[in-house]
Amino acid sequence: MVESMSRPCEQVSELMSRPCEQVSSLLRLTTAGSVDDGKSTLVGRLLHDTQSILADQLAAVDRASRARGGSELDLALLTDGLRAEREQGITIDVAYRYFATPTRKFVLADCPGHVQYTRNTVTGASTAELAVVLVDARNGVVEQTRRHLAVMAFLRVPHVVLAVNKMDLVDFDEPTFRRIESQFAAAASQLGVADVVSVPVSALHGDNIATRSATTPWYDGPTLLEHLEAVPAGQEAVAEPMRFPVQLVLRPRTTDHPDYRGLAGQVASGVVEVGDDVVALPSGGRSTVTGIDTPDGPVLRATAGQSVTVLLGDDIDVGRGEVLAHPSQAPRVVTELDADLCWLSDRPLQAGARVLVKHGTRTVRAIVTALTGRLDLHTLRHGSAPAALTLNEIGGARIQLSEPLAVDSYASDRHTGGFLVIDTANGNTLAAGLVGTA
Amino acid sequence: MTATMTAPAAVDVNHLAALESEAVHIIREVIAEFDRPVLLFSGGKDSAVLLHLARRAMHPAPLPFPLLHVDTGHNFSEVIAYRDRLVADLGLRLHVAAVQDWIDDGRLTERPDGTRNPLQTVPLLDTITEHRFDAVFGGARRDEDRARAKERIVSLRDAFGGWDPRRQRPELWNLYNGRHTAGEHVRVFPLSNWTELDVWHYIAHRNVPVPSLYYAHERRVFARDGMWLTAGDWGGPRNGEQVVTKSVRYRTVGDASCTGAVESTAVTIDAVLAEVATSRITERGATRADDRLSEAAMEDRKREGYF
Repeated sequence: MVESMSRPCEQVSELMSRPCEQVSSLLRLTTAGSVDDGKSTLVGRLLHDTQSILADQLAAVDRASRARGGSELDLALLTDGLRAEREQGITIDVAYRYFATPTRKFVLADCPGHVQYTRNTVTGASTAELAVVLVDARNGVVEQTRRHLAVMAFLRVPHVVLAVNKMDLVDFDEPTFRRIESQFAAAASQLGVADVVSVPVSALHGDNIATRSATTPWYDGPTLLEHLEAVPAGQEAVAEPMRFPVQLVLRPRTTDHPDYRGLAGQVASGVVEVGDDVVALPSGGRSTVTGIDTPDGPVLRATAGQSVTVLLGDDIDVGRGEVLAHPSQAPRVVTELDADLCWLSDRPLQAGARVLVKHGTRTVRAIVTALTGRLDLHTLRHGSAPAALTLNEIGGARIQLSEPLAVDSYASDRHTGGFLVIDTANGNTLAAGLVGTA
Repeated sequence: MTATMTAPAAVDVNHLAALESEAVHIIREVIAEFDRPVLLFSGGKDSAVLLHLARRAMHPAPLPFPLLHVDTGHNFSEVIAYRDRLVADLGLRLHVAAVQDWIDDGRLTERPDGTRNPLQTVPLLDTITEHRFDAVFGGARRDEDRARAKERIVSLRDAFGGWDPRRQRPELWNLYNGRHTAGEHVRVFPLSNWTELDVWHYIAHRNVPVPSLYYAHERRVFARDGMWLTAGDWGGPRNGEQVVTKSVRYRTVGDASCTGAVESTAVTIDAVLAEVATSRITERGATRADDRLSEAAMEDRKREGYF
C-alpha cells in the first residue's frame, strides 16, 4: 500500500491504462507523545496550516472552544473525535487524518499518549514511514518518550522526527532544545534508530511547523512540514525479493471463462513478471507465470502494492495461504518462529500459551514454547527471559507452529516479516509479532 | 470497465492506483475469510465506487455476495431508478430493508421531526441477523467525520451491532483480523483512506456511473436550516416555506428529509471535480442536517449500530 506510491511510472500506467502524469508521493506518518505534550494541537496545527480544515469544521471547533470557556481556538478539538476524548482532554484511539501540500499527500495516524493505549500507537506505527515523537520542552525525555521510541524502533519506522514542543514556554531557549536533542539521540542510538531529525516548535503558535520562526534564529534546520515534504518514502518495497501472497483463487466457471483459474493477490514486495519461474510456498510447487490479469486487460509485470491476478502455466495446487516467490530468492519455510512480540493484551503471556498466528494470508495454530527475553524500557537494554510478558511489553518468544509458514525476517522485509498473535477463544489480537533473523 | 473519460490534469493516477489496490486487497481478504458478506448499497457515490471495486476484485468472476439497501422511504426517484437499473444490468442480487415495514408493524416509531436517517439502524441490524451476514461492507470514509476518523478498516460489532471505540482491536500492517464469535459481525470499510476528492477523481478516472442528481440540474426546492431541500410527501415544505426553482446538485445522497442540495452549475464530471476541489465546506457540513445536531452525532449513531 504505502510502498506502492513511488514506484516507477510505467508499471502504474499498465494497471491504470493511462499515461502517468506525475510521480506520486504519499507519506504515511504517525505521531506519538505523552499526555499534555500537545500532540493533538500539533496535528490540528498541521491541518490548519496546510489549509486542510474547511470552514464548517473550523466554525464547529470555534463553537466548541468557546463552550469550554476558552478564548483561543483549541486546535486539539479538531482531532479528538470521541465524546470521552473531548470530555477528558485526552486522545484514546488512533485518528486518521488526510492533508496535502502541493508536493505531497499525507496520511497521518494520530496516536494516543496514555500508556494504556500504547497498542493504538503500535497500530499507527505499523504502517508509518515516519514518526513524529513529541517532547514537552519543560519536561524533556520522559519514560513515555522512551516507550514510544522503543515502539517506533521495534516496528522499524524508517524515519523519526523529534519535535520539541512548547518552546514558547521556555523562551525559545537553545540550550534547553540541545539538551533534549542529545537525550533523545542517546536513547535513539541505543535502540538502533539511525535517522533522527530534531525540530524546536510551538504547536500552539505555529513556530517552525509550516513557517520558519523568528524566535529561533539559532535553528537552521527545516521546519517540520519542510522535512515531511522532503523525506524519501516508499522506495524499498520494489527492490526487495518478490513476494505474492495468494488471497483467493478466482474460478468463474462461466460460459465466457469456463476454465479460468487465477490467483488473486497484492504484490507484497518486489516485481513479478510474465515468464518468471516461481515457487509456491510452503507447498513447494514450481510453475511459470503465464499471465498477469487486471480488469483492464493483461499486463506484463506488477510491482509491490499492486493488486492483480496471476496465471500459472501448470495446474499445481496453489490456493490461499501460499506465497509465490522466485526460487533463487525464496522465503524460509519454518515450523518454529524465533520472534519479537509487542504484547497488546491485558492478560499476560506465559510460556505454554496456545494461540493463532496470522501471517500474510495464512492462519495457523501455535504454542508459545518459551519466552526468551524482554526489553527494559528504562535502560533500553534487552534483559533475560521473564516469567511473563505483560501489556505493552516488548520481548522475545519461541513459537511452535502447527503447520509451516513461508516467512522473511522483519529486518529484511517489513512487508512480509510481521504477523499477528490471536486469541483462540475470542479472536482478539494479542500481539504484534516480528519474525526474527534466525 | 475501461476508462473512456478524460480526467482533469490534476488527477494523480499513482495515488488512485494505490487506493484502488488497497481497497481490492481488503475486499479479497473479506471474501476469502467470511462466509456471508453483504455490501451496503445506498445508491450514493461512495457505495457506487465500492461496488465498482468489489467487481474489480473478483473479475472475471461474478460478485459472490448480495447488496443490501436500507430504504428510508424518503427516496430520490433518480437514486431508486439508478439502483434498479444497475442491479438489472449487472445481474446482482439486492435485498431491501424498508424502514416503512418496521414502522408499520410497530418495531419502529416515526420521529417527531420526520427524519428517518437514524431509524435505519434497527432494520439494518435485524436484516444482518435474519440473513446471518458476517461481514458488512460499507462505503464510509475516515475523512467524513471525527468519529469515523477513529474507525478501523475491519471493525468488530457485538450482537447489538454496537461500536465500542475503547475496545477496538489493534490493526497492524495490512493484516486484518476479522475473527468473531457467533452473533458478532464485522463492518468493513475499504474506502477508509479515501477523501471526497479521491472518490470523484476515481469516478472520473474509471467512468463509474452515479445517479444524475450528483450533477447540476433544475430542481424545485425550499430552504430549511440553511440547506436546499426537495419537496416531498415526507413533510416539506411547511409553515410557509417557499418553493423555488434552482440549479442545484447533491454532494451526498441520504434520507431526502435531511439531505440538502447545494447551488451549483456543475453539469460535467470536470466541473464537479473543480467544485469539490475548491469547496470550503465539508460534504456533511453542507448537506446533512442530522450531523449538525451535536458534536458527537455520528459517534452516538455508530455506537448504536449505524453504518
